[in-house]
Amino acid sequence: MAIRIFRMKAGNRVNRRVSGDISVTLFLVVCAIIMVIPLYYAIIQSIKPISELYIFPPRMYVTNPTIDNYADLFRLMSTSWVPFSRYIFNTVMITFVGTFGHIILASMAAYPLAKYKFPFSDAFAKLVRFALMFNATVLTIPTYIVMAKLGWIDTYWSLIVPAFGSSLGLYLMQNFMADLADAIFEAAKIDGAKEGRIFWRIVMPNVKSGWLTLMIFSVQSLWNMNNTMYIYSEELKTLPYAIAQISSGGYARAGAAAAAVVVMMLVPIAVFIFSQSNVIETMAKSGIKE
Amino acid sequence: MSEMNKTATSNDLEFKTAVSNIGKYFKYKWSLMKKAGIYYAFIAPYAIIFITFIVLPVIIAIYFSFTNFNMIEKPEFIFIDNYFTLFVEDDLFLTSIKNTMLFSCITGPVGYILSLGFAWLINELPPKVRAIFTLMFYAPSISGTSYTMFLFIFSADEYGLLNSLLLDANIITEAKAWLQNEETIPYCVLVVSLWLSLGTGFLSLIAGLQGVSKDYYEAGAIDGIKNRWQELWYITLPTMKDHLLFAAVMSITGAFGMGAVITNLVGFPSPNYAAHTIVHHLEDYGNLRFEMGYASAIAVLLFLLMVVCNELIQKLLRKVGT
Repeated sequence: MAIRIFRMKAGNRVNRRVSGDISVTLFLVVCAIIMVIPLYYAIIQSIKPISELYIFPPRMYVTNPTIDNYADLFRLMSTSWVPFSRYIFNTVMITFVGTFGHIILASMAAYPLAKYKFPFSDAFAKLVRFALMFNATVLTIPTYIVMAKLGWIDTYWSLIVPAFGSSLGLYLMQNFMADLADAIFEAAKIDGAKEGRIFWRIVMPNVKSGWLTLMIFSVQSLWNMNNTMYIYSEELKTLPYAIAQISSGGYARAGAAAAAVVVMMLVPIAVFIFSQSNVIETMAKSGIKE
Repeated sequence: MSEMNKTATSNDLEFKTAVSNIGKYFKYKWSLMKKAGIYYAFIAPYAIIFITFIVLPVIIAIYFSFTNFNMIEKPEFIFIDNYFTLFVEDDLFLTSIKNTMLFSCITGPVGYILSLGFAWLINELPPKVRAIFTLMFYAPSISGTSYTMFLFIFSADEYGLLNSLLLDANIITEAKAWLQNEETIPYCVLVVSLWLSLGTGFLSLIAGLQGVSKDYYEAGAIDGIKNRWQELWYITLPTMKDHLLFAAVMSITGAFGMGAVITNLVGFPSPNYAAHTIVHHLEDYGNLRFEMGYASAIAVLLFLLMVVCNELIQKLLRKVGT
């Protein structure tokens, strides 16, 4: 008994054996390595010179690293119909505007839903939660008809505006805002602050990690968006579309395809690392609240 | 029983009070709504977009599913003919249901358990190490087209990673076409979809575990919790139920929505429809044949399937820890 009390004081919990901890860590290391093998393989393939790409058996390391494949990728892309920079511009613009707009609009809607009760507030929140299940692929046909009626086919609007209304954002921000202390709002109101001011000066800074998380999800989905349904003009198409054209070249372009994969994964992973420390804290509020 | 014997007049009176109560109720509601005016203004921009691009399409899909519509002529109302054809005449649809159920019944639960398991194990590590492991497990699902590397891993010739490994180990004698053979396709698809399954739900579970107070564990230890498993079942999981539910929704959406990934791996249509899912069937009729009514019926059925699965799983998860 004495030992148990001593261990608890040291911050330990029941029945933790060192051997258990070691085997758990080993197991995790093995699994993590399996998970990253394809990503590692992409990186390795992307810096292999042609001579090493076609060695049998394929190697998991590289002896003479080169950036030829990246140069190749950009050269292949510059031979396309519209300048490569146009695809990059489109994707960066859509990602930036879409993410920014989604964060602002979803947070604005989340604030009253999280903090006040008024007619239809619960019904709307429930509807959004239900809509978490609807994915875009399934809704393509009716959405196309809506777009056509709006005259948005073949415009940036068709790519950006629907992203503003994604259900995950409102859901996440609402859960996060629900945990803010009511006392701050009352104090602000007594001081005569208007709702708009409260939202911008008090709510938003306090849920910073909330919108940082939302940024990860939003950037990731917009950056990878390859929606050819609503867009016909080549100059409005996105980077994933252009890259898919390269990758479909098969082995002749194996190096360039791997380089393309690496280019595409850099941005979402960078955004994730950028907000990693905040993410864990935020997602603690992400569960479904009854 | 005495209420039954009330006179007509008192019933009448009751009715009148009820009416005036309803009137009062609406007046009261309206006054509440007027008071909340600024909040509606806050919600409006989001709500308009949400309703236009999510709610409205769902309603349109339900309407179209009862019609014959080819995008050019006016939709013609045919009641449940589409659904009838789907279940009675369309053999390929039944194949697609079978494949979808096969993939989602494995990817969904296994992916979910993997997410929970890894999140649980990662949670015990010191913060820095935890961050690295989180990134390693989460990276595949956010790195966009990276799953296309599996085209090279499962490649049909001996330059394919899997083939070269198995050839080296003398397990197979000649290179196998993993992604072209209808027997191996389902396994390849499962591997890739599991690889991609540690996504949003996984992050949520990690966070949920972080949110479980250490005090609970100490209290549990005093109350006679003996090992890690009991701790997990009686303390950890019940405390993070919200996250379990959220992660479940995410894995259902992911498991049923697999379409593009499969198309990029094995092509569309897949060899002998070995990986033909409901999403593919939907794309076939919607994007290629322009039979919008029929495609909408497929979409509606997919919705229903997801909603029913979700309800079942939420019910199941509410029992955790009891």
